[in-house]
Amino acid sequence: MANNIPRVPVREQDPAVRAHNFEEVCYGYNEQEALLEASRCLHCKNPRCMSACPVSVRIPDFIARIVAHDFEGAAGVIAKDSSLPAICGRVCPQETQCEGSCVLGVKGQPVAIGKLERFVADWSRENGKVFLEKAPSNGIKVAVVGSGPSGLACASDLAKWGYDVTVFEALHKAGGVLQYGIPEFRLPKQKVVEHEVDNLRKLGVRIETDVVVGRTVSLDELFDGEQFKAVFIGSGAGLPRFMGIPGENLNGVSSANEFLTRNNLMHGYDPEYDTPVYSGRKVVVVGGGNVAMDAARTALRLGSQVTIVYRRTENELPARREEVHHAKEEGIEFRMLTNPVEILGDERGWVRGIRCIRMELGEPDASGRRSPVPVEGSEFDIEADTVIMSLGTSPNPMLPRSTHGIEINRKGCIVADEHGLTTREMVFAGGDAVTGAATVILAMGAGRRAAAAIHQALQLGK
Amino acid sequence: MYRILKKKFLTPAICLMEVDAPRIAHAAQPGQFLIVRAGEKSERIPLTICDYDSEKGSVTIVTQEVGASTKKICHYEEGESFADVVGPLGQPSEFVHRAPQELAGSRWLFIAGGLGTAPVYPQAKYLHEAGACVDVIIGARNKDLIIMEDEMKAVCDHLYICTDDGSAGEKGVVTAVMDRLLGGGVKYDQAVSIGPMIMMKFATLKAKEYNLPLTVSLNTLMVDGTGMCGACRVTIAGKTRFACVDGPEFNAYDVDFDEAMRRQGMYREVEKELDHKCNIGLH
Repeated sequence: MANNIPRVPVREQDPAVRAHNFEEVCYGYNEQEALLEASRCLHCKNPRCMSACPVSVRIPDFIARIVAHDFEGAAGVIAKDSSLPAICGRVCPQETQCEGSCVLGVKGQPVAIGKLERFVADWSRENGKVFLEKAPSNGIKVAVVGSGPSGLACASDLAKWGYDVTVFEALHKAGGVLQYGIPEFRLPKQKVVEHEVDNLRKLGVRIETDVVVGRTVSLDELFDGEQFKAVFIGSGAGLPRFMGIPGENLNGVSSANEFLTRNNLMHGYDPEYDTPVYSGRKVVVVGGGNVAMDAARTALRLGSQVTIVYRRTENELPARREEVHHAKEEGIEFRMLTNPVEILGDERGWVRGIRCIRMELGEPDASGRRSPVPVEGSEFDIEADTVIMSLGTSPNPMLPRSTHGIEINRKGCIVADEHGLTTREMVFAGGDAVTGAATVILAMGAGRRAAAAIHQALQLGK
Repeated sequence: MYRILKKKFLTPAICLMEVDAPRIAHAAQPGQFLIVRAGEKSERIPLTICDYDSEKGSVTIVTQEVGASTKKICHYEEGESFADVVGPLGQPSEFVHRAPQELAGSRWLFIAGGLGTAPVYPQAKYLHEAGACVDVIIGARNKDLIIMEDEMKAVCDHLYICTDDGSAGEKGVVTAVMDRLLGGGVKYDQAVSIGPMIMMKFATLKAKEYNLPLTVSLNTLMVDGTGMCGACRVTIAGKTRFACVDGPEFNAYDVDFDEAMRRQGMYREVEKELDHKCNIGLH
């Protein structure tokens, strides 16, 4: 029986070595490993993995092609639904999506769908395969604001259907969070991100960097002056949240966004680049999400001793288990049930420590999670010269603030219906700008849904 | 794109460049800034927009060589191109939202320090063209840091120049000129100060003495400049605000200048320390 084969483990860089470099942690499957792992799939008639995928990749179908040694065919199957497979294969939370629904997971280990997707994507890249099937051009212009996961997914579908798509990116490199947020050791920039973005260009998508829609050009100008017929807003995460505790503006305190942007987008870790990044001797990262893990593991690689403090227990850590596991392997200290109350400064205004209070779990809150409550009188200090706040972000305020007719909610998120339609005609939105901070794949799903809605609206309007 | 159409050193260390950037030229308003990334490995450096010409599709920036990155920018030659120029960023000055008839006849005092003269210029020009009365004080350490004197004269009613060493204009600091004007009974509706943080701090203290409403433009550290990284955060009336999207202009009375100055120097100190380590061979 195929399902008696244990899940094929994936080779990784030795934690002791990788703690000092920015090269990719996970090596991925080779051909033999992929073939063996693919053979574990039961090819269920009603594939739950597929319905659990936010972009509905035809998973059993592509795995069947792997089994048949038809890697190009497998890549073609994935390309129908995802334009960023090498990225998704690396950063999707498969354990709660496709793999989380795999029947094999009920009694044993689910099929390593993510690693198989990555194998197929890496194979196509290495063998120069691109999938450029598209409808004849219809000449209708659609603008996409932001080149992150939602924007790229939306642009890809629209380009395949023949639209003339321009993506406007505020930063100097396309990719959004894939460029500025996720570190090189999880997602290689040049090899993976730029390659997949280039594939979109080959599909005919135009990408204009250095354009801040809402500032450089207004939405009205896009419609009236530049003749775009529809706009998709995927402007992503925005301003970093802080705790509102004393000392947060001391020197040596930064948001995870700043720390990661300096490192990833600006290559601060590379002495050849000019942008400085400061990671002191002792770094405390506040927060428990994937971004907190990324910041902590980046600081470690810059030579710092790193502690993560989180106010709940390890069971509630919102980060992917794999990331937590990797962080621990690399030697990052986790202090759970610990919440900062003040950042302590020295006489020059630099961080010298962080005062925390111990927490315990109380009654479950509205979200069903047991909410942490402080243990009175349990304050203690942790020595630190750098503090990185990783508490999430609120959506980027720039576009809705500078544009009429786009309603935002109390949290600053753009109001959009399930198809992504905003309160303004022919303006759609998706990704973090609508949901608040979420995942790459959820943003891609929203981008695809909006693409379908834009397609429908434009066909009706003809 | 982003080709340098014209380059001129205004002083040995301050360089004016006209850069081809049609989208920015079309959208720019007084009070806004832009970000230049000189080459592929360069930092993103926020610079003030000194002028813009939407017909020509160009923006004018003025850069002072203060660190490695600004030096790099100033070393680009006419005909060469920057890797990236993005903008306009930040909120335009509040007065651009006011009706022209409201601005006509209103009295403005600008207090510019050194390079701060460059961003004051488009504001003075805008108000002058709207029929406002505009007085400008330019202060600097010495004559080599006084820029755009003639251009400024053309867009204001009175121009006062002062230097610490008396090598241009009168000897003294901007607050002394403020004292003379305000103490002498000249009434202004609004003042605006742009320059080094320390000068803006003292201009604010002086303005408070005379109950003169004052706006300042904060040149904080920035990375993306689009409301994402939070490097530019400043404390305004006790609340954390972000200079790149909430500013760069704020009510001077609300600004925590001491914190802003400390934060501005954060990486200068780090770089100094790193250099120091290098010298003794431990790093």
